[in-house]
Amino acid sequence: MELTGAEIVCESLLKEGADVCFGLPGGAVLPLYGALSSYPAIRHILVRHEQAAAMAADGYARATGKVGVCIATSGPGATNLVTGIASAQMDSVPLVAITGQVPRPAIGTDAFQETDVTGVTLPITKHNMLVMEVKDVAQAIHDAFHIARTGRPGPVLVDIPRDVLLGDKTEFIWPTETKLPGYKILGEAPDDQVAAAAELINKAQKPLIMSGHGVLISHAYGLMTELAEKAQIPVITTLLGISAIPSDHELNLGMSGMHGMAYNNLAIDEADLIIGLGMRFDDRVTGRISAFAPNAKFVHIDIDASEVDKNIKTTVGMVGDLKAVLGQLLPKIEPNVHINWRRRIDQLKVEHPSHLVRKSDELLPQYVLKRLTEVTQGRGIVVTGVGMHQMWAAQHCKFIEPNTFVTSGGLGTMGFEVPAALGAQIGCPDTTVWSVCGDGGFQMTMCDIATAVENHAEVKFAILNNNSLGLVHQLQELFFEKDYVASEYSANPDFVKIADAYGIRGIRVTKQEEVVDAVQQAMETAGPVIVDFIVKEDEGLFPFIPNGQSVKEMLEEPAFEEIA
Amino acid sequence: MTQANQTEQHTLVALVEDKPGVLTKVASMFRRRGFNIASLAVGTSEKQSLSRMTFVVNGDDYTVGQVAKQLDKLIDVIEVSDITNESIVTRELALIKVETTPITRGEIIQIVNLFRANIIDVASESMVIEITGEEDKVNALHNLLAPFGIIEMLRSGLVAMVRGHANGLAHGQMNGHS
Repeated sequence: MELTGAEIVCESLLKEGADVCFGLPGGAVLPLYGALSSYPAIRHILVRHEQAAAMAADGYARATGKVGVCIATSGPGATNLVTGIASAQMDSVPLVAITGQVPRPAIGTDAFQETDVTGVTLPITKHNMLVMEVKDVAQAIHDAFHIARTGRPGPVLVDIPRDVLLGDKTEFIWPTETKLPGYKILGEAPDDQVAAAAELINKAQKPLIMSGHGVLISHAYGLMTELAEKAQIPVITTLLGISAIPSDHELNLGMSGMHGMAYNNLAIDEADLIIGLGMRFDDRVTGRISAFAPNAKFVHIDIDASEVDKNIKTTVGMVGDLKAVLGQLLPKIEPNVHINWRRRIDQLKVEHPSHLVRKSDELLPQYVLKRLTEVTQGRGIVVTGVGMHQMWAAQHCKFIEPNTFVTSGGLGTMGFEVPAALGAQIGCPDTTVWSVCGDGGFQMTMCDIATAVENHAEVKFAILNNNSLGLVHQLQELFFEKDYVASEYSANPDFVKIADAYGIRGIRVTKQEEVVDAVQQAMETAGPVIVDFIVKEDEGLFPFIPNGQSVKEMLEEPAFEEIA
Repeated sequence: MTQANQTEQHTLVALVEDKPGVLTKVASMFRRRGFNIASLAVGTSEKQSLSRMTFVVNGDDYTVGQVAKQLDKLIDVIEVSDITNESIVTRELALIKVETTPITRGEIIQIVNLFRANIIDVASESMVIEITGEEDKVNALHNLLAPFGIIEMLRSGLVAMVRGHANGLAHGQMNGHS
């Protein structure tokens, strides 16, 4: 079968099972769009801004576990993908970005819309490549998907010049294998390390599991929960590890870290063993590293060798696929009850109840999320942006199924909430997606509400509107002598009218008693809905371990009466 | 994790794909993670389409361990090995252009002969000396020639190889899987 480069891209996408891609055309990539119209099996979602293409592909990938695909043209199209690609890299999300490039003879001449996009994305991709021959296109796409989805997943960018896409018709041969001699895929860990880890776990009096994104990526949630249950080890999740274990599981303590549950941070301080699974002891988790878990030994399992012993010196560090290694480890774990340790944590939870919501006359953002999650009963997918609303969602939303909490963790990308929610919903068409937005982030990407409308996406946008960049505002209050420079909005748009302009339902909520009804109405209305929750503007985010500090310096909300 | 272990010089060798952009990827990784390369030498290897790189890196065990792991993580890098503590041969080549006068020329030639170095160009007021050897030997010659006035010097960077039959990469001791 003789095909052009563009047709080979489409055939290769189908071979890799990519039936959805997010993109926006332009001159250099137009030949690919010309071919796409002959491939109706590949659904193309036209976005309004390329950053939405990358972030929607990211949300799609996180919600489905499949590789997300985005397409952009050369130059500004490709550079607009950059923030989305960097987010995917930081959070280990499988993404393939296909960019058009200027024709080969024009490369290096500063031609119109020419950017060295492989150069630009070099430090923010797992791998990237510039494909200079039509005969290499199929291998490049095959390798890109393989790299993106295996090992520690990540984004791969494939840059293809316009004349390669147009190219002379070339025989399409689907490669039977990858051509990556330097790429290793890991499985099990050495038996002696597994035995050493099992011994530490069996001897521990105060063990904690810290469950990260790797547990979800590796589909190891079942085995992780089995480990926790067998030895009755409490589970703390990282921000990206939320939803690996149901929120109401008796061993699930929720999130720890900078804005994690106070009792979790205190438990970590007392623990004698931390079992880090598919996580990297990031600074938002540990605070000041020298003061983190001072009484604990560390068992660490991760698929990325460079993460083991990077931030924390482990007692036993194992490099391998989490599911495989947990499979080795589980039979060696002795049943246990850890009754005293669990009682101690229960006591900490009573003394430091940061999972509860304060009673107030005003509309608190935490209240909104508590009621929202009560109405949805933890079903569906929650996507967030970055900031206070994100942390409150992590603290107060409930989850039942894996991969139902989608958030930008490592890069902390504001504006993620709109396109990622769209992508997650396209990937899970039978699921309602709640996009929990900040009024700041929402305005960064709200142009792609149009894309959600066009695709009849069941995305409900819940804006926790405090008319400010709330987290920045709080940092200024605490550490910059209340100098609120550039963190307050004086002219936010009317988001209900924005909804109206897009032809969708908009609901404004200003009182507590309106919350449940608004959420229910949004769920009952077909297609996208914007709910503008006007929340208390200066509500602080707690607990809070200031940057570079330890649990000793943790700020907590003063004692309060909780809501029913 | 930044315990101050002893900083010392490590020699790493890596087998990499001989493709456009690979050197950039390696150099970019060093820059972005704040690692320092004391020297880097790149050339073709015994295997077709593969190049061999020799790095000299200053750092403690933690830093150099991270260098090796981060290098190995690059898709185009096939194998990395820290051969510092292996039995190895190392060589560096230097070209040194030194000022000469009719009075100093004889003494310089004597020094060159003592070092078994070569004079590869002679002009009326200068000569170019080529020396190959271990880093210390090159340093020693440089020190002896410095008083005469060095006009230009170019060092190739260290290349290193494990002694005996092994190819220095088979153990995979620094590839992070052990």
